[in-house]
Amino acid sequence: MTRTGEGTLAFPGLSARLAWYYSTTDAKKRVSAAALAGWLPKKGDRVERFDAIVIGGGLVGAAIAYGLARAGLGTLMLDEGDGAFRASRGNFGLVWVQSKGEGAPHYQRWTRRSADEWPGLAAELLDRTGIAVDHHRPGGVHLCLGEAEFDDRRERMERMRRQSGNLGFDYRMLDHREVADLLPGIGPAVTGASWTPYDGHANPLALLRALHRGFVDRGGHYIPEAAVGDATAAARNFRIASAAGEFAAPRVVAAAGLGNAALSPLFGLNAPVRPQRGQILVTERARHLLPMPTTTIRQTDEGSIMLGDSQEDVGFDTGQTAPVMQAIARRAVLSFPWLRDLQIVRAWAALRVMPPDGLPIYDQSELYPGAFTVNCHSGVTLAAAHANLLAPMIAAGALDASLDLFSAKRFDVPAAA
Amino acid sequence: MFRLRRNGGPASVAVVVEGALVHVVPGASAAAAVLAAGFASIRETPVTGAGRAPYCMMGVCYDCLAEIDGIPNQQSCMVETRAGMRIRRQLGARQLDPPNQHNE
Amino acid sequence: MNSVEFAIIGAGPAGLAAAALAGEFGLDTMLIDEQGSPGGQIYRAVETARADSPLGPDYLAGSHLVAAMRAARIEYRPGTTLWHLDPGGPLFLAHAGRTETVFARRVLLATGAIERPVPIPGWTLPGVMTVGAAQILLKSADLIPAGDIVLAGQGPLLYLLAAQLVQAGSPPRAILETTPGANYREALLALRRRWPGLRPLLKGLGSILAVKRAGVRRRCGVRGLRAIGHARLERVVWQGGEIAADHLLLHQGVIPDIQISLALQLRHEWDDGQLCWRPVLDPWGQTSTPSVAVAGDAGGIAGAAAARLSGQLAALDAAMLLGRINGPERDRRAATVRAALAREQALRPFLDRLYRPQRSILAPEEDDTIVCRCEEVTAGAIRRAARLGASGPNQVKAFTRCGMGPCQGRICGPIVGALIADTLGRPIADAGTWRPRAPYKPISVGALADLDAGV
Repeated sequence: MTRTGEGTLAFPGLSARLAWYYSTTDAKKRVSAAALAGWLPKKGDRVERFDAIVIGGGLVGAAIAYGLARAGLGTLMLDEGDGAFRASRGNFGLVWVQSKGEGAPHYQRWTRRSADEWPGLAAELLDRTGIAVDHHRPGGVHLCLGEAEFDDRRERMERMRRQSGNLGFDYRMLDHREVADLLPGIGPAVTGASWTPYDGHANPLALLRALHRGFVDRGGHYIPEAAVGDATAAARNFRIASAAGEFAAPRVVAAAGLGNAALSPLFGLNAPVRPQRGQILVTERARHLLPMPTTTIRQTDEGSIMLGDSQEDVGFDTGQTAPVMQAIARRAVLSFPWLRDLQIVRAWAALRVMPPDGLPIYDQSELYPGAFTVNCHSGVTLAAAHANLLAPMIAAGALDASLDLFSAKRFDVPAAA
Repeated sequence: MFRLRRNGGPASVAVVVEGALVHVVPGASAAAAVLAAGFASIRETPVTGAGRAPYCMMGVCYDCLAEIDGIPNQQSCMVETRAGMRIRRQLGARQLDPPNQHNE
Repeated sequence: MNSVEFAIIGAGPAGLAAAALAGEFGLDTMLIDEQGSPGGQIYRAVETARADSPLGPDYLAGSHLVAAMRAARIEYRPGTTLWHLDPGGPLFLAHAGRTETVFARRVLLATGAIERPVPIPGWTLPGVMTVGAAQILLKSADLIPAGDIVLAGQGPLLYLLAAQLVQAGSPPRAILETTPGANYREALLALRRRWPGLRPLLKGLGSILAVKRAGVRRRCGVRGLRAIGHARLERVVWQGGEIAADHLLLHQGVIPDIQISLALQLRHEWDDGQLCWRPVLDPWGQTSTPSVAVAGDAGGIAGAAAARLSGQLAALDAAMLLGRINGPERDRRAATVRAALAREQALRPFLDRLYRPQRSILAPEEDDTIVCRCEEVTAGAIRRAARLGASGPNQVKAFTRCGMGPCQGRICGPIVGALIADTLGRPIADAGTWRPRAPYKPISVGALADLDAGV
């Protein structure tokens, strides 16, 4: 089974899309004959109608679907099966602000708003579903190993502050001794760190489960194994053909992660997202030691310590590689030498959904009003914004002007004069 | 409870289980030593603290996790006993002891 | 970096036989095994066993296989764990806390079998273990359970261990056979279709007779097994009976150890006859990945003798693929091996039908029963996740943490598939498998950090 690169993502045509779908899915994926038959809409089949259809059941889709259901819309969430890419299952779990939006104040602002909405969402989910998403906001630290990293980071933080305007950006550059006071057993290789009070972390899988549960409790309909094959689009009138049947709604949201690249054009939208691989290591459980997360090291509520991160451009390959695992382990051990003795009990590689400039793509279709595309690689951090800010816009039928800069139009090459 | 099949047989390896001396045959695993010492459970789980004993004895179930010579959470059924080995039950998640330090 | 032609994972009968034959062909071979001494589980500690071992002559015969491996010109690496393999690329090994990288042109997985998990209520209580575990304690530590011993389940190993316990002077108080009545009928039909010969049938009967002669109580058709106790096992209860017990030894057959073959994403298929997943193999053990083959029980349960023979076939194939012999020569040498293998496999349909586990063993009926021992996730939680939309084991893992513990789904994997199938009303084959990841067994952060330095 061959893997295709990003160059083949944007071609049109149903058979071509099918070819892309089969060629890029995990080799172990099984599509039954019945599902295959379901790709092609049949005349005369019953079509179920909803107020909104969300295509994608990961952190992005689930957060939006939850927000829509909470707003009283009869919402359908269509999802793929067990073997799909599922970026949400590979998430590290940071609710991270300090590194987001350099050179893009609108993204900085959006991220801050989401982080501020997070505690409310977490409490609401606990209250409604009984599921704790283990959100903590103790502030966060980005460790710098070496003077060059430290200077680089300080300059970057300063730029963030300048760009933040009246929003403000409260950060501190800590020297080694100050970091040692905050975090136990910091290694001698740690020159210092940047700290902000805005950062935190949560359990991404618990969040996904809570959003799904909350969605269903609010009357939402969730259908897995329902890969979307084709759609007919008209203004506020969409018909979706999936492996689980046909559905119609006046609103449709493409939240299918990497699948959005092929899916969005069905609705006159452009979502040029590409896979970016990240690998993560997880240690055995240990008694609690780390009081706050760092960008690449965090301790979960269960006690496991998660180590990341890598950014690899390898297409749709979710394989693990020893050199990257080694690099993650090395940096972890330089940061906290006492990590040496901990056993790594599991690890994985997952594909981030990466727009060309790293910033989210939020767009509404001009050709077919009522269609939206939602894309980002920070499904946990932005979950609150998606549920509390974005979903209401979608329910109302149009995105706020404040999100204009997130439109995919920013990728259009201006015509030469 | 487990007993040695031959009394006075070649149980010549002396190990220390929870501070008490235990003799096992050469080649016996640390897990076997704990069972030979008469302990019903070898660990308490980090999730609920429930007592567990080895289930598979072949490295699959990880219910035999014990602290061996100071190193916690080892698959004791996969560790061959050596004279003087110190084995302790694993009680919950491991404790971490980072050095207290203010480096220059 | 160290480089070999042929790397074999597992020193049970399949691996030992493959290694010995590979050595004969002059293949540059490395035999890697995580146990400290050779023999796998079935011949565990056979090198140090005494001639009067209660484990019997079949067990002791394994010493020949071990001796042949020792005599062969191959590199034997005990106490060594494979934690990552890049098919077509290097093997990543760990030994005594240090990592090592080895490149091999061809890899043979001979990882054998594991006990089928037996998730009855109370199976996590101290005092409950598998029949195989008790046998390992007998073999490797000369320890036998004391007090009241109860054996429960079905499969050839049940009576074998019972007879060994009788021989060792610790007869069990009772044997609770869970074989459903319908199985006998099916098994007899299988015998009619294919007669395996008298000898293998008589061997099995020998254990049963020895146990009967010792006066061990037997109950047949037992259902609804549960282990009861506060901090440890106190009694065993079943529909219509109960008995005080200090030890409950469970057995429901064995299934292939496919943790590594799944991690490599080799093609697998559901074997409905043996109710387990197995890698898809050609007659030489070749998998869906060109450089990887599987031999022995890891490719489908057929017993120790069959494992030895399939190890030989894999070595013959390797010898051809690595240029030592040609195709016709390989086939010629394989002829007698295949004939012997066919004879060994003749009893299999009978055994598979006779010892087919009850549905409630595959998918526990009570919601409170623990399924994931590591994370203490219950059957009820898994059913709820499946109803919430988790249509496969990976989604169940994401929703419940089942499979995230140190065993990485080795124990709970088969149960989860059956529970999903049960809850969603579809065949187990459709529920799929999950994808184990490296490290296949835990390694320390430090050992990983030092990876290239250890070469």
